Amino acid sequence: MNLGQLAHLLNFEILTGDINLEKVIKGGYVSDLLSDVIANAEEDSVWITVQRHINILGVAKLKDIVGIIIPRNLHVENEIIEKAKTEGIAILRDSRSSFEIAGLVYNSLTRD
Amino acid sequence: MHERKDVVSSPCQPAANKPQLTLRFKIDEKDFLIAGESASKTKKALQQLGLKQEIVKNIAIIVYEAAMNIVIHSNHGEIKIIIAPNQVVVLSEDVGEGIPDIELAMKEGYSTAPNEVREMGFGAGMGLPNIKQCSNELDIKTTVGLGTTLRATIYLNPADTKQVETGTMYV
Ligand SMILES: Nc1ncnc2c1ncn2[C@@H]1O[C@H](COP(=O)(O)OP(=O)(O)OP(=O)(O)O)[C@@H](O)[C@H]1O
Ligand SMILES: [Mg+2]
Repeated sequence: MNLGQLAHLLNFEILTGDINLEKVIKGGYVSDLLSDVIANAEEDSVWITVQRHINILGVAKLKDIVGIIIPRNLHVENEIIEKAKTEGIAILRDSRSSFEIAGLVYNSLTRD
Repeated sequence: MHERKDVVSSPCQPAANKPQLTLRFKIDEKDFLIAGESASKTKKALQQLGLKQEIVKNIAIIVYEAAMNIVIHSNHGEIKIIIAPNQVVVLSEDVGEGIPDIELAMKEGYSTAPNEVREMGFGAGMGLPNIKQCSNELDIKTTVGLGTTLRATIYLNPADTKQVETGTMYV
């Protein structure tokens, strides 16, 4: 399943336009600790986090993460969204909690 | 924003048939973006040299974590990535408080990161363990009150690095 299909299926809001929508998603990781993500996230995955500062883009890039999913409709600064577009990282958002989003993404990917 | 001209990729003192390339990044205090930038430039350069993807990733992680540690835990420093046909060395040197107990610092979960950076998701106490995980050799020398030198070595298979000799890279 690619990122666009996942976003459509689960009704995620896409903040970064067309970025990475065609990229195939292989997994996901949930963590708000950056070094934990660096150690354990897999490439071509989505990363669910409440962190919304610019450093998450560096981490995502380092780990070849396709998209970051922000839970609970938390606010994301425009500056971050613009930078994400230039760095080639998608940012998505949803009203549900990290727990619910993780469960939904997991189910969608394992059923795919 | 000041211009960053600190990335020098040049053939550097080729000692007796051992071509070396060095990338260099100056790391300033409180520069939270430099770690990501340095790691990403390193990745690009090593990819151009044709190194294996897994090795490129490991080296990028080492650069990121070492740079972040300079930013958070020291005053300022420099990171060099020294590429030779048989190995890559990431050398991180900083001026700062040093590490009083290296064994403790190496423990997963141990962190002295201040609250304001913990709120950003730093300070998991996983940076040094990550570096260790990604390198074949890790050596940390520190003098309390003066600073820290971290040297991570990654072994290369010479067949993977023919291009190191060309000495031209665009980062
Ligand atoms: N360059 C350094 N200078 C001084 N102290 C350091 C340096 N690097 C690491 N330390 C000390 O070692 C501890 C552990 O470092 P480590 O990178 O493992 O975790 P962290 O930086 O605290 O958190 P994380 O890397 O997970 O965001 C730090 O909290 C700090 O006390
Ligand atoms: Mg660290």
